[in-house]
Amino acid sequence: MGLRKVLLSFFLLVFLSAAGAQERFITVSSTTSTEQSGLFKHLLPLFTAKTGIQVRVVAVGTGQALDIGRRGDADVVFVHARPLEEKFVAEGHGVQRFEVMYNDFILIGPKSDPAKVAGTRDIVAALQKIKAAQVPFVSRGDKSGTHFAELALWKEAGIDIAKDKGAWYRDTGQGMGPALNSAAGMNAYILSDRGTWLSFKNRADLAIAVEGDRRLFNQYGVMLVNPAKHPQVKKEMGQAFVDWVVSPEGQKAIADFKIGGEQLFFPNARK
Amino acid sequence: MGSILEAMRGALSLIASGDATLAGIVLLSLKVSLSAVFFATLLALPLGAAIAVTRFPGRRALIVLLNALMGLPPVVVGLVVYLLLSRAGPLGPLGLLFTPPAMVVAQTILILPIIAALCRQAVEDAWIEYEEQLRSLGAEGMRAALTIVWDIRYSLLTAVLAGLGRACAEVGAVIIVGGNIDGVTRVMTTTIALETSKGDLPLALSLGIVLILLVLLLNAGAYFIKEAAQRRYG
Amino acid sequence: MILPLRLDQLAFAAGGREIIAPLTLELGDGASSVILGANGAGKSVLMRLMHGLLAPTSGRVAWSDADAQRVRRQQAMVFQRPVMLRRSALANVVYALEIAGIPAAERKTRAREALKEVGLHGLANRPARVLSGGEQQRLALARAWALHPEVLFLDEPTASLDPSATREIEAVIRAFDAGGTKIVMATHNLAQARRLGDEVLFLHRGRLVERTPVETFFRQPSSAEAAAFIKGELPWV
Repeated sequence: MGLRKVLLSFFLLVFLSAAGAQERFITVSSTTSTEQSGLFKHLLPLFTAKTGIQVRVVAVGTGQALDIGRRGDADVVFVHARPLEEKFVAEGHGVQRFEVMYNDFILIGPKSDPAKVAGTRDIVAALQKIKAAQVPFVSRGDKSGTHFAELALWKEAGIDIAKDKGAWYRDTGQGMGPALNSAAGMNAYILSDRGTWLSFKNRADLAIAVEGDRRLFNQYGVMLVNPAKHPQVKKEMGQAFVDWVVSPEGQKAIADFKIGGEQLFFPNARK
Repeated sequence: MGSILEAMRGALSLIASGDATLAGIVLLSLKVSLSAVFFATLLALPLGAAIAVTRFPGRRALIVLLNALMGLPPVVVGLVVYLLLSRAGPLGPLGLLFTPPAMVVAQTILILPIIAALCRQAVEDAWIEYEEQLRSLGAEGMRAALTIVWDIRYSLLTAVLAGLGRACAEVGAVIIVGGNIDGVTRVMTTTIALETSKGDLPLALSLGIVLILLVLLLNAGAYFIKEAAQRRYG
Repeated sequence: MILPLRLDQLAFAAGGREIIAPLTLELGDGASSVILGANGAGKSVLMRLMHGLLAPTSGRVAWSDADAQRVRRQQAMVFQRPVMLRRSALANVVYALEIAGIPAAERKTRAREALKEVGLHGLANRPARVLSGGEQQRLALARAWALHPEVLFLDEPTASLDPSATREIEAVIRAFDAGGTKIVMATHNLAQARRLGDEVLFLHRGRLVERTPVETFFRQPSSAEAAAFIKGELPWV
């Protein structure tokens, strides 16, 4: 019977230690682009060193990130889909939206470039050509910031994608990385944020096809989840994080983040 | 084939490097899954045994249900636990969402039916041998059930290992309720999912091999304990 | 005292087949009763009906004590193949005492005494399942002994044992008898019936054909079926 007692105490110990660890921390729901590009790995230690506050990031699509905030499961939301963010604040779930930084979307496509769009700057014309050529195009289809941006661009190109999509339009319902993996596998065009693309390793035969269009601008915003609506929100610590990322110090830290010498995010918080 | 060999080499060098982050992830995986197995076993063995030795209306339906629940989709379990533990949900005030205990809860629910169903079958088979003797001694119902559970404990190890395998392997539930937070709720499977989505397929595969080796090691250990014990106790 | 045991029009059928025909019988204190009969005569079923492991199809089993728990605790049964738990010999006996509600403080002492009684005290800490067939059967008897039952049912206790193990088992059964326990034993072994029994209950195809003191039974069975059985089993007599 000694063995039983040993096993029991072992498991209890394991469980308690897993349950323990009560530090000062906040939960930030954010997007895969900020997490997977490595921005947070660069940014958060600086914030923690200054304030002693740990930041736990749950990285999902923008739609889901906002939903986590809406349910009161995060203290801060850090995403990139302005209309959705404004709706979030208007509904009373967020206190106030602050613009933090931007980067841009890029159109990725096969090097063979069957739609003949590589090297052009006009994203709307490029989408029209892809549609005309009926070449494979991978959509996130997951209500993420990138997905919303893509839908807006189709609209601008005068294409009702819900109606006009054919077998060439592959709605994958996946995060940015998995969608890029799919595109690599199908040799398809795909709209991606630049940060994820730069840190993405399984590029296979894909390369940047279209970039630099002003319509590919990708704005990130941050907001404290409204403590009036969700009383358990860690108001002071959450606000401290929001204040820090838009402060000169936080903005500089964002500007300093580079992959292979290339700056990924451009701070643009209003003074 | 080449990429698999590559990944094997990668896995070995990952292990050899003794990387602290990886060690933390492996340790958390073990903590979460072993805790889940512990709690699920604690609940599932009496449950399975009770169903095995008692007769009541609806018993067959319950057995079919239990067997079917062995195939519970992890994502669904994750989603349900997420909704329960969310601040907006009924257990929100506990503040467990996005913590390791939430992952333990989800995995416990996921593997409980597996252990209970396999235990039910094992105890029912053993009951044929033990029934008269135990009833003659005056042990009936739950008492007899638990006696059998303890007596066939080394056979039940297989049921527990099936649960452990499932817990270690699933990603759908823990990624939803844990949130895959770096250093807090990131376990082997969610790391593999993350590296896959970053397109770092070789690293993902190497991590996968580390996970498989880990599960293999646990199973080998359990198997040898079982063998030794069976030789000793007959 | 739970004896005498009265069987009142006791009958048992399974799958539409009559296994035990309505039977009325009283078993009192003292004499060892041997239930004798060919394979399939219904000996085991009758024992299980008396011990309460089977519920009769009709009729009833009545002990003189109305308290069900006392009735249960005052009887024990040893099967042809004992089922031992995967724990030590001692722990198997302790388990039986625990189920019987014996206080924890007494269990080990009583269990050791019982093992000593059957000559297994040297093997007390051996895992029960690795004991030989004869040792396991003696352990089953020790388990019964520890309970100090008023009635001990034995169902072919030596049927799967060799002669030397059989002798050891029979010695223990005699000790039970000497200690005042009522023995009710099913066997198809005539020699054993003669060695251990005081009276014979002869079953033939589920019917109690005769009930006779042991000596009379072998010299002069009153039924033709019993005579044929004795002749068949002991053709040299």
